[in-house]
Amino acid sequence: MANFATETERRPWLPLPPWARGTLVTLSSIAVTMLGLLFVTFLIGRVMPIDPVLAIVGERATEEQYNAAYRELGLDRSLAVQFFYYVSDVLRGDFGTSLLTARDVSSDIARVFPATFELATIGILFGCILGVPLGVIAAVRRGSWIDQIARVIALVGYSMPIFWLGLMGLLLFYGILGWVGGPGRQGIFYEDMIPSVTGMILIDSLIAGDWGAFRDAFSHIVLPASLLGYYSLAYISRMTRSFMLEQLSAEYITTARVKGMSEWAVIWSHAFRNIRVQLITVIALSYANLLEGSVLTEIIFAWPGIGSYITTALLSADMNAVLGGTVVVGLVFICLNIFSDLLYKVFDPRSK
Amino acid sequence: MKTIRTLFGSAALGLALGVTPIAGMAETPANMLVIANRIDDITTLDPAQSFEFAGADVIRNIYGKLVNFDPANLDAGYQPDLAESWTVSEDGRTITFTMREGVTFQSGNPVRAEDAAFSLKRAVILNKTPSFIITQFGFTPENVDETITVDGNTLSITTDKRYATSFVLNCLTATIGSILDEKTVMANEVDGDMGNQWLATNSAGSGPFTLASWKPKESVTLTANPGFYGGEPAMKRVIVRHVQESATQRLMLERGDVDVARDLTPSDVEGMEGVEGVEVVREMRGRLMYVSFNQKHPELSKPQVRQALKYLIDYEGMENSFLKNWYVGHQNFLPKTYLGSVDENPFSLDIEKAKALLAEAGVEGMELTVGVREAQERLEIAQSLQNTFAQAGITLNLEVGTGKQILGKYRARELDIYLGAWGPDYPDPHTNAGTFAYNPDNSDEAQATGLLAWRNSWDTGGLTEKVAAAVVEGDTEKRAEMYHDIQAQFRETAPFAVMFQLIEQAGVAEEVEGLSLGAAITAASYWNVTK
Repeated sequence: MANFATETERRPWLPLPPWARGTLVTLSSIAVTMLGLLFVTFLIGRVMPIDPVLAIVGERATEEQYNAAYRELGLDRSLAVQFFYYVSDVLRGDFGTSLLTARDVSSDIARVFPATFELATIGILFGCILGVPLGVIAAVRRGSWIDQIARVIALVGYSMPIFWLGLMGLLLFYGILGWVGGPGRQGIFYEDMIPSVTGMILIDSLIAGDWGAFRDAFSHIVLPASLLGYYSLAYISRMTRSFMLEQLSAEYITTARVKGMSEWAVIWSHAFRNIRVQLITVIALSYANLLEGSVLTEIIFAWPGIGSYITTALLSADMNAVLGGTVVVGLVFICLNIFSDLLYKVFDPRSK
Repeated sequence: MKTIRTLFGSAALGLALGVTPIAGMAETPANMLVIANRIDDITTLDPAQSFEFAGADVIRNIYGKLVNFDPANLDAGYQPDLAESWTVSEDGRTITFTMREGVTFQSGNPVRAEDAAFSLKRAVILNKTPSFIITQFGFTPENVDETITVDGNTLSITTDKRYATSFVLNCLTATIGSILDEKTVMANEVDGDMGNQWLATNSAGSGPFTLASWKPKESVTLTANPGFYGGEPAMKRVIVRHVQESATQRLMLERGDVDVARDLTPSDVEGMEGVEGVEVVREMRGRLMYVSFNQKHPELSKPQVRQALKYLIDYEGMENSFLKNWYVGHQNFLPKTYLGSVDENPFSLDIEKAKALLAEAGVEGMELTVGVREAQERLEIAQSLQNTFAQAGITLNLEVGTGKQILGKYRARELDIYLGAWGPDYPDPHTNAGTFAYNPDNSDEAQATGLLAWRNSWDTGGLTEKVAAAVVEGDTEKRAEMYHDIQAQFRETAPFAVMFQLIEQAGVAEEVEGLSLGAAITAASYWNVTK
């Protein structure tokens, strides 16, 4: 009887191999998460005291024109019906037309997301390459001048308004020193010159084999990416320091030192090795935040990214654009979570 | 090292004073005009639908019209464009235009009277927001085939009654009067939309430039039309870049990466004074800043209270402080430079007089709410009103929101007081008279949401009839006189306190010549620009 019960408990609820079951569970959870996200965003958009019809017809519209646009948007239907139609359209890959750009939301997103993607990717690389070593050194040399510098860097990163730092960066590196390109993704010489393949100008210029365009695009991205990277650096370095301190005070580190291991090996092969999993979560979250788009950075640097796209859309009740943007941001978070999980399995044998 | 220190010092000083001097270090190509501007208001580039400032700038440079303004001489008023001449019938209802011969669209198709008729009929049939500029003459989708007709090379339009010819022609200079290439547009029709969707992002005009691309919130690129009948523009390419921040626009101008910066705040303009290679161009625009008082409010509907509130505004104080070089005092609904405009500004801050008027009305302290959108200058004006109203015992609460939020309530007649701006739709006095002082049916059921007088529940006290009479007056001098009278009565009785008129301040590279920003009557023109 006892054996029978155990066998029943162990029987899989779906007669599938484990990998297929795992994939199915992941996909189902993604679908439920996305549906929930869409529902909440949709609801918020509909109860906001902003009139989407006015965004299209403008202040001067007559009541007749207003009503025509109201019906055209389907706002005369109940909320449930509107949501149902919206989700069915999305499932067919149709995110609708943006009120503000008169284009398909999907084509808008295909334009603005790559801009944010390349900015965020360079930003996070900057944040990791400098932030991780800085955090490690600050932990190893706790209380030293380098730890104090790391603390100040992090403090400034946490507390300085990004728009101020952005404007100052522009003034100094672009306005006065002329080391970097100005606002926008490219100089005017290259405007519309590089065929869009990926939407990321750095990559597209390489595909086109145009080094001049690549240099130009790099000179435009380096400042906003560094600025975003600096904010990631502040967070990553503080978290790295904190994780490292915890490891460095563990008994196995003392044992390693007693055994005569070199300090380098103690720090990087033992202590750092054990914080990689935690660090992946921190970096993934930072990256996800950057991929959401940084509205202020985008405004200051005239960078047409997804952050300002969603914000402008939200303030104008352009709900198709808001929902489309939300889906993308939601997918980014989900993809990064999955990616983090995969890395856990690589770095942490226990999770296998 | 010394150089670096000097540069850091310069930056620090500049930050402190807001006047960092930056020498021009780059230059845009000699045949290219680059403009930094806020263009995120563009939602379509279809002339039958576009009704935003940035869109009007683009469309003016792409499309020809029957009559148009010459950027070199805006004061001359409308001039022949695609129509070479016109005649008016004896009853004053039919205007017959003779089309200019030998003009072609950017597609190579000839510009015909049929194209002009198609464009006007299309605007009426599509019935988008700006269509009222045309339909106010009695054109309807049902009657356009009879009222807009073609005979060979001539186009005739017949209005429902006699109007001042200047009124009709002024309206045809508006964006909606753009003449489209019928064949190209109809080749791109989808589901009977008369090319509306296609024209949102493409062009089919005969003007000096062709639309190369519009990337929303990013840039608009125009290329010169070599076949333009007025001669190919010197600027082969015009790029308008969306740059939101004034400080960023200023940096780009001073660095030489743009030729024109159009959205500079007064502090940035001040900081640019004396910068080598850059000059500031100031033009009066048509936009007026006003506050209005809802006549459904029992206290605000009293004439003495309306008067009192007009004496509780610190016009001079605001103009000389945070609005300096940005807005100029103007208390009439017709912007300066318009036919019939006047310069009389009788109101000034007078707390004692306001108190006396309030006492006369039997009002002893009250609490009001003003709706204001979250724009810097409007919030500052609202705070100034809060301060001066309080001195007469009136508590003014601010309801701050996005333009769409506040506008929704205003249109629904739900605000006590509205603080906002109004820009003319076309360069004729009726554009403002017909909204500030015209309200034929003040009932809630009328839903005349487009009329400012209706939004404030004001029955105009006889001004509606005077406005209706002025718009049909053929004698221009007499017509101007009529608007003088209307505005005199309006100033004294209306629940509107018009306060200021906008001045546009643009930073322009000194080598740029011939740029017209359009003043109060039209949009910007790039085709006369040379460098």
